[in-house]
Amino acid sequence: MEPIIDLENLECVYLKPGTLVDTQTRYCPGCGHGVAHRVVMEVIDELGIQENVIGIAPVGCAVFAYFYLDIDMQEAAHGRACAVATGIKRVLPDKYVFTYQGDGDLAAIGTAETIHTANRGENILVVFINNAIYGMTGGQMAPTTILGMKTSTSPFGRDIKLQGFPLKIADLIAMLPGSAYVTRQAVFTPNHVRQLKKSLIRAFGYQKEKRGTCLIEIVSNCPSGWKMTPLEANDWLEKNMLPIYPLGDLKVPEGEVKHA
Amino acid sequence: MFKGDMTVHDISLMKGNEALAEAAIRAGLDAYFGYPITPQSEILEYLSSEFVPKGGIVLQAESELAAINMIYGASGAGARVMTSSSSPGISLMQEGLSYSACAELPFLIVNVNRGGPGLGTIQPSQGDYFQAVKGGGHGDYHLIVLAPATVQEMADFVYDGFDLADKWRIPVMILTDGALGQMMEKVEFRPYDKSQRIPKPWATTGKTKGRERNIITSIHLEPEQMEDFNIHLQKKYKKICEEEVRFELINAEDADLILVAFGLSARIAHKAIDLAKDQGINAGLMRPITLYPFPTTIMNLLAKKTKAILVVEMNSGQMVEDVRLAVDGQVPVYFHGRMGGMIPSPEEVLDEMLTLSQKHEFRVIVQE
Amino acid sequence: MIRGTVIINKENCKGCSLCIPACKQNSLALSNEINSQGYHYVELVLDNCTGCINCALVCPDAVFAVYRAKKKEKSAQTDTIVTP
Repeated sequence: MEPIIDLENLECVYLKPGTLVDTQTRYCPGCGHGVAHRVVMEVIDELGIQENVIGIAPVGCAVFAYFYLDIDMQEAAHGRACAVATGIKRVLPDKYVFTYQGDGDLAAIGTAETIHTANRGENILVVFINNAIYGMTGGQMAPTTILGMKTSTSPFGRDIKLQGFPLKIADLIAMLPGSAYVTRQAVFTPNHVRQLKKSLIRAFGYQKEKRGTCLIEIVSNCPSGWKMTPLEANDWLEKNMLPIYPLGDLKVPEGEVKHA
Repeated sequence: MFKGDMTVHDISLMKGNEALAEAAIRAGLDAYFGYPITPQSEILEYLSSEFVPKGGIVLQAESELAAINMIYGASGAGARVMTSSSSPGISLMQEGLSYSACAELPFLIVNVNRGGPGLGTIQPSQGDYFQAVKGGGHGDYHLIVLAPATVQEMADFVYDGFDLADKWRIPVMILTDGALGQMMEKVEFRPYDKSQRIPKPWATTGKTKGRERNIITSIHLEPEQMEDFNIHLQKKYKKICEEEVRFELINAEDADLILVAFGLSARIAHKAIDLAKDQGINAGLMRPITLYPFPTTIMNLLAKKTKAILVVEMNSGQMVEDVRLAVDGQVPVYFHGRMGGMIPSPEEVLDEMLTLSQKHEFRVIVQE
Repeated sequence: MIRGTVIINKENCKGCSLCIPACKQNSLALSNEINSQGYHYVELVLDNCTGCINCALVCPDAVFAVYRAKKKEKSAQTDTIVTP
């Protein structure tokens, strides 16, 4: 997007990346997907890998991610993005391959594919948006829904006896020797966004070095599903989600990573 | 056990499953993703030990669900790929097949049909005809379905299947069975010319500056858009029906009774016809090679010249419905079938033919 | 002289307000006007923007282009570095 006004003593320090399609997204106001999409594309832009990256969209709110991300993409069946990514990476081993998945896609129906992909150490990046709810289908419980949280299928709050525990899938993946870099990030403050960007750059670097599977979990909000304003949702996230899904690196490979 | 150093001559004596796997290697296979299930695990095993040393990509997935989705990804990335399974595993793959047909992805899928329904038996059957030909997965789509009847055809149809898949951007199924998979026969592998491969500019190989991004998808939310897309698919299927029908005729032009059978059943029917000739019955065989597109036109034509049709299958009566549709009431259509993994014998088919010969007053052939 | 400013794509803004507390200068607020989607878009209401890009970092819709004053030219005399 070109600046409209010529500003003589000012220099541009931030522009929407050219790798984002110039259109408005259909995500709800304040949704973390918008930020996550933007940061991933900033990184792809800055690393100069647009021509060598293939993304896989999930079934979930981000089902139309390919409307917004100007890269080659494949739409996977629900839960199967990691299998689709495996197929692509095995036949195009020198391209960057990443999945972009929600909590239902990755940790409910796709659990087997997620675990086995990491167990094989496929050299892909899994971007996991965890907002503890099924947004697209209208706000049902997710594997990552926290105890006591009300959703349309846990209307009295998630109960251990009925619905079991929130699933900390990133912790499971970090236990597998095939996973190389597993980290939990967020996008609700400028500093968190800066941290996420660093994680993504590292993950693409690890992919180039064929270190194994990278998983970046982004603890995110769902203002519509949670029935809050975006600001309320981010506040709720900080107070309620982060104690269950603490931010930080769960697993890091040894040694430095060269930038991709 | 395969050791990774099998010397397979251009003409060899091989098991059906192995011949199919060897043909895939020679026909330019890039990658195979599959899961073990009897009676077709040899395909995965053969490729694991014979193809990997040649630089091939072979991966045993964690399930058939994963395997078909790996196929989707790799096919969408432009590679020549194949998977195989048997009945219950093919059921698991149906979601992936519906998605692939809609996304117009080319690849080969082999169903070594076993007895069902359910977990069933590992014995051969043809009970997956409906699943293969009428859809199987959800929505209005078709696969091209090829039915080999010999080990030679198990090999030949791999080459043909890959080319048909690429030509039409459609998954192609080879519908075979455990008996064909296990029997050993002479097979000749024809040469393969990689330069004849159709380019795939639509594949997701990374968006270069010269083009728009490529998207492989099967979701079209607006109903008008989805209908347009379905119309496009139906036009494609219509053209396939016009151009890709294959069948074999044995003594069918002037027969009083025509047997219709595919795959293993066709071999049994052929034997029954020979036995019937000794008994003075003039019978012929129409063997569909493409189950989709079904040889409707030839079936309709043959019905005009014969007195009765007998369909022989290893199921409860599936292809017989397509035969009846094609025959359009011109002559009676009878059915003889065995289920659950039982194979009909030529003698029991002959018995059926003798009963019909009395009912319909066939001409008697005088033996010289 | 202004230290920084932002240009906002009003049409793409959904009025989510996440940028408002992110801005340390309290320069942003929702307009009384609405865009064609019906959202009250955000606008710069003070002229004390520092071009820190915090707003751009948290924005889900990438509506911000951020500008910052160029660094002043270095003086002709270079500093001597004294090694201890």
